[in-house]
Amino acid sequence: MTAVAVVAHALLGGGALLALVRLARGPSLLDRVVATDTLLVIISASLAVHAALERDPTVIPVLVVVSLLAFVGSVSIARYIGGMLVGSSGDGQDVGLPPAAELGEGRP
Amino acid sequence: MTAVADVVAVACLLGGALLCLTAGVGLVRFPDVLSRMHAGTKPQVLGVLLIMVGAAIRLNGWSNSWMLLLVAAFQLLTAPVSAHMISRVAYRRRHVRRDLLLVDELRSAGQDRVYQGDEPADAPPEEPGAALAESRREEDGAR
Repeated sequence: MTAVAVVAHALLGGGALLALVRLARGPSLLDRVVATDTLLVIISASLAVHAALERDPTVIPVLVVVSLLAFVGSVSIARYIGGMLVGSSGDGQDVGLPPAAELGEGRP
Repeated sequence: MTAVADVVAVACLLGGALLCLTAGVGLVRFPDVLSRMHAGTKPQVLGVLLIMVGAAIRLNGWSNSWMLLLVAAFQLLTAPVSAHMISRVAYRRRHVRRDLLLVDELRSAGQDRVYQGDEPADAPPEEPGAALAESRREEDGAR
């Protein structure tokens, strides 16, 4: 069972590390929102893996809280940006959003 | 019996963990917000479901199983809602590589400067003066 724990936590840790890379690099706010969402899901998955392998049901209520938190966070950020877009006349640059990604980098 | 159950549970847990790793790889390697979201919501549905099944097999007691079922049902309900909101804002903010899209139903011909056709229903009118005059005219007509 120890080998299973090592392998499972290595896979989950690799996924969380790559999500952190996207969180640091992500060119736009929405990339970071997606990366944060994925990171929280991976965290709750690894809590569940820990609970399953140790047969330790202490952290099970924490799973409910973390999954609620991921949903509320991503929806509130999406609504925040949407509200800024409604308040602007163009595509948001006049109310302080950075320039859009599609126009910025050189397109093929 | 317990050995078989343990093998099934461990297979479910390892499958879920592998899906989490693929989500991370997809997040780093994919080009725009929509495809990153497509990769990033893989563990959110199937991975969490697999891990919850594995944990419910390993943990005994009905209260734990019901709480894990609650988490899985909640993920199934909330993942489409948040994905819909994020992708709508991403389209309107031009974080979508539209040259990679095969079907683009929100793009209307000739109105490419500012995205039309995807505003929320309670968005303010384009020209407030004209909308006010029109509503007054409708009120006069009704009277």
